[in-house]
Amino acid sequence: MAVIRDVMPAFELFQPASVPDAQALLARYGGNAWVLAGGLDSMDWLKDRIKRPQAVIDLSGIEALRGVRQRDDGLEIGAMTTLTDVVGHPVVRERYGILMEAAEVAASPQIRNQGTIGGNVSQDTRCWYYRAGWSCYRAGGNICYADTPESINREHAILEADRCVAVNPSDTAPALIALDAQMVIRRGDEERVIPAEEYFIGPSIDITRMTVLQPGDLLTAIRIPSAWAGASFYFEKIRDRNVWDFALVSVASAMVTEGNTIQRMRVVINGVAARPLRLRAVEDAVRGKTRTEDTAKAAGDLAIQGAQPLKFNAYKVPLMRNLVKRAIRGTEASGAAQLRGYDSQRA
Amino acid sequence: MDIFTWGRSPWGQTILQHISWDLFWASLFAGLAFFVAHASYMYLSPHRKREAEETDAMEAARPELPPKIVRHGAVARLFHWVMAAAMFTLLLTAFLPVVGVKFAWVVWHWSAGLVLTASILFHIVHASFWLDFRSIWVGPSDIPELKAEILRELGHDVPGPKPGKYPLGNRLYHLAIVVAGLAVVATGLLMMKRVRTPLFTREPYMLGDSTWGVTYVTHGLAGVALVGLVIAHVYFAIRPEKRWITRSMIFGRITRREYLEHHDPDRWAVRTGD
Repeated sequence: MAVIRDVMPAFELFQPASVPDAQALLARYGGNAWVLAGGLDSMDWLKDRIKRPQAVIDLSGIEALRGVRQRDDGLEIGAMTTLTDVVGHPVVRERYGILMEAAEVAASPQIRNQGTIGGNVSQDTRCWYYRAGWSCYRAGGNICYADTPESINREHAILEADRCVAVNPSDTAPALIALDAQMVIRRGDEERVIPAEEYFIGPSIDITRMTVLQPGDLLTAIRIPSAWAGASFYFEKIRDRNVWDFALVSVASAMVTEGNTIQRMRVVINGVAARPLRLRAVEDAVRGKTRTEDTAKAAGDLAIQGAQPLKFNAYKVPLMRNLVKRAIRGTEASGAAQLRGYDSQRA
Repeated sequence: MDIFTWGRSPWGQTILQHISWDLFWASLFAGLAFFVAHASYMYLSPHRKREAEETDAMEAARPELPPKIVRHGAVARLFHWVMAAAMFTLLLTAFLPVVGVKFAWVVWHWSAGLVLTASILFHIVHASFWLDFRSIWVGPSDIPELKAEILRELGHDVPGPKPGKYPLGNRLYHLAIVVAGLAVVATGLLMMKRVRTPLFTREPYMLGDSTWGVTYVTHGLAGVALVGLVIAHVYFAIRPEKRWITRSMIFGRITRREYLEHHDPDRWAVRTGD
């Protein structure tokens, strides 16, 4: 973690009361604006004086961005809804249990009370070389300090590394992709709705961003369709500590079965690349198969194809394989989502 | 407008990183400005056009020349178009992301770079042993031709030297492309050591921070120079009075009339058996 060097640098603080007001500020300041949601990731950046925005736009006063609303086809969750509110919402608990599980294992209770779902999916990577303020690729430079012979890269990527080897830290992101959620983004008078799977981007597309959000964009809501409501879910997060820790690897899946046959499935893995990876090859391979140990093993082996571990993160390969196996088997009690340490490496 | 971007090393040192993308926009603007300025000048200024009778007389005086004359052999043309495809791929993959078109460009970029490198190496060998190597280069002996060309461009009727196989503009352009091309290829090959490819083992510390900075800056400067150079090249390739040259790069040959009209037979001797 970077050393806190000083008090925060000076910036203009705006606390708009409406989405149009926030958009007007974003349009005015463009790339010099910093959007403040729960403030948990933001305060690190600001206190470390790594990010020096001209204006900070605090969304906490916009009531329209809060709350879980039912729609004809599912739910709409305001981007400023806290993770605690997501976890406690009865419809989320009843029909979208995977999201409840993912939100419930994020950080600590205090952080979930303050942290928002919009902030959770939009937070920056935890790569400490990047967060130390060094001029790496992700910071606009020409080197990845985490991918050198001397790097300490135990938490970094094993897939889709392209110059940068940072990983996505969000807990809710894989669950939202598994649920085929839609992200509602506003820019000026335009509103665009994109699949959660496309919201996250890897370094090959844009090495300085984790999401498609550009200066001026505002994530206002997340829509969850009913297509996977009540499916057989599996979520598991492996981390070093039981609370207040980021995932080393996490898996989220939604499965619809008929008898013991898998009709359709979405499976997403996070912590292995700069974006949560939907494992389409696995989904295709298990469709129509019976939910057996053999199917799980084949899926696990398929999932890790192409993995390229760094010096200190080869453990992620068997971890990922076994989490996918468990997602197929569904053997770990859904909702447990607690510290399992390296038992997961033994599947 | 910034020229370079600077960063901070883990030791707190200020390090050169790469060029500012402002230079890309400057090069793009310069290329397009040249295009507009030259096109306007050519449209508005008086230019002497050789009378048809003059060329008729030259043709009549050289009946031994074949009706079609080879200007670019098949191998030379193949090199040119392979290099052109590689160059366009390199420029598009380098600069489309800068203007906001996001895609996975790195693999395409270094792959095209390898094609360009291979084609340049081939061209050096081919030009050295099979072509008239000296015909494309410029030197002090070209000063009279330079003066004559400038005066012609200014509308004067100058009887001075005509080009050999390649007009002076072609040769100066070739020189600029050689400098920019070799710089971009050499630095690009070094930069491939910093990315994952199936060809090299990554070695990001092969050079020091400062040397890497100079490498990236040289690559960037050569890259943005190529933007302007390619714009100029395409512009001249489609200009009406230059299309005979473009056609020769496609089909390989020029007519006897074009040969006599645009070249000095003493400086580019054509075998009558061609």
